[in-house]
Amino acid sequence: MSEPKASLTLDEVRHVAVLARLAISDEQLPRLQRELTSILGHIEQLRSIDTTGLEPMAHPLTLSNRLAEDVPEAAMQIAELLRNAPATEGDFLVVPKVIGGESS
Amino acid sequence: MKGDLIDLRDRIRARSTTARAEVDAQLERIEIQNPALNAFREVFPAEARDAADRIDSAIAAGSPVGPLAGVPLAIKDNIVTQVGRTSCSSRILEEYRSPFDATVIERLTAAGAILIGKTNMDEFAMGSSCETCAYGPVRNPWDHSRVPGGSSGGSAAAVAANLCAAALGSDTGGSIRQPASLCGIVGFKPTFGRVSRYGLVAFGSSLDQIGPLTHSVRDAALLYQCMAGEDRRDSTSAPHPVEDVLTPIDETPRTFRVGLPVQYRKGNSPAVNDAVARAIDIFQSLGGTIVDVDLPLTDVGISTYYVIAPAEACSNLARFDGIRYGHRATSRAGQDLFDLYAMSRAEGFGREVQRRIMLGTYVLSAGYYDAYYKRALQIRRLIKQEFDGAFSKCDVILGPTAPTAAFPLGGLTDPLSMYMCDVYTVNTNIAGICGISLPAGFDESSGRHLPVGIQLQAQAFAEPILFKIAQAYERVQGGRREVAPKVATKVA
Repeated sequence: MSEPKASLTLDEVRHVAVLARLAISDEQLPRLQRELTSILGHIEQLRSIDTTGLEPMAHPLTLSNRLAEDVPEAAMQIAELLRNAPATEGDFLVVPKVIGGESS
Repeated sequence: MKGDLIDLRDRIRARSTTARAEVDAQLERIEIQNPALNAFREVFPAEARDAADRIDSAIAAGSPVGPLAGVPLAIKDNIVTQVGRTSCSSRILEEYRSPFDATVIERLTAAGAILIGKTNMDEFAMGSSCETCAYGPVRNPWDHSRVPGGSSGGSAAAVAANLCAAALGSDTGGSIRQPASLCGIVGFKPTFGRVSRYGLVAFGSSLDQIGPLTHSVRDAALLYQCMAGEDRRDSTSAPHPVEDVLTPIDETPRTFRVGLPVQYRKGNSPAVNDAVARAIDIFQSLGGTIVDVDLPLTDVGISTYYVIAPAEACSNLARFDGIRYGHRATSRAGQDLFDLYAMSRAEGFGREVQRRIMLGTYVLSAGYYDAYYKRALQIRRLIKQEFDGAFSKCDVILGPTAPTAAFPLGGLTDPLSMYMCDVYTVNTNIAGICGISLPAGFDESSGRHLPVGIQLQAQAFAEPILFKIAQAYERVQGGRREVAPKVATKVA
């Protein structure tokens, strides 16, 4: 486990942008580095709290998984669902070539 | 209360006015005031008039109508509607038209409500001032040089300026209550799980709740009651039966306990502390007992929130990839899938949204999960336990909704100081309890006339007692005041 850090390097900001699938230009990196460092600096205060033995609370409700009844019902029409798609061909979404052509 | 949604509904039902006349009047006010306020992203004149005519015919024919028959509602633009667009005030969803209605929309229209328009917001509900809206900032009806709060600032401004009978907002860390406070109206965040989120564009899935922004406490109770209850399309909606909160709302308990945390006093403007002091007097005059409660983790709420909320947001917003819906970049796209994703998202998301996606991605990235996310979830349990302890001594917790009245546009430039606006509201969401912001007078310092609010928080599913105590307060305090329209105000 890595310790939280007081500051991020420009390379780390660049790496997080790749993970987040955000095309961040080099000119924007220093501003993001500064802002994220400032926020993470504030979040540092969480380290001063003793959390030994505490069960993480992911959700306020104590609900278990619920199953829907297995009955057929009307589904949305394909045309309705594709109405918002930026590029379509027939009943399909158009995407860049993925297999055999991916460079990253 | 005169002029509130229930009053309007009763007048329409008694045929002293018509739904059509009220919708026409509302549309005219929107036309005059919205260019300056920018509260509405989109208005639906034809659909609203048709719906009003149908209600009027039903009433004229003596047919039964629902509890919201004829009242015009404004809807925050992150709640999907088949009418119009649902943009979340973001470029990435600029032209998005939902193929379905959110559950709350189905329930409210089934009760007779009329959708008059969609309201502007901080982009994807990320902000406390409505300045991150991709379609220009929303302005506070009380002073056009100031913010309405956020993220449901368009809804709050629309209600405050009387451009609708009531509005829907969403609250992930204070996004209903803080703008209600800054605009001088009522804003209610229900207990987590009470109101279905099916059709609410997800931000922080363990925090988000839909709730009403209204002219009065009883309006909030009515809208809540029309929306609440289990929904099989939202597996996080609570199965608990919904109690009637409206019928007994005027039954003030003979004795009740109001908790006052010492941690809620520092860093507030004098006008805000005065409003809380006046509220203490009101509750004592009503037979309430003031008890001291201790919430030492108030100060770590923002830190906890800014780990959990961005972590959930970066996962939820991964769906906006330029493939199935939303903006697709044309510049470098089409060659490579990674570039298509990264360029579409960089062009479509604004600065604050990108910042939070980056923060969330970082705290969840390999090696940091335990240090940030797991630790925040452990502290979340401590915050919940702290509230449980406080509620063993009191029925409601009283405090400010926000530390100050509305601040000037552009007044908070550093992200962290903006985040601090929500210091009194984030823990409600972290613990999953309920809270309401109520009009509590004005900040009159330095020639200002700006509303301030107080907040009452109650234990999960304690809506019935929360509404009774809020109603009793409003009856003594007087509630919302009319805001004079500032039609001629020039905006910079």
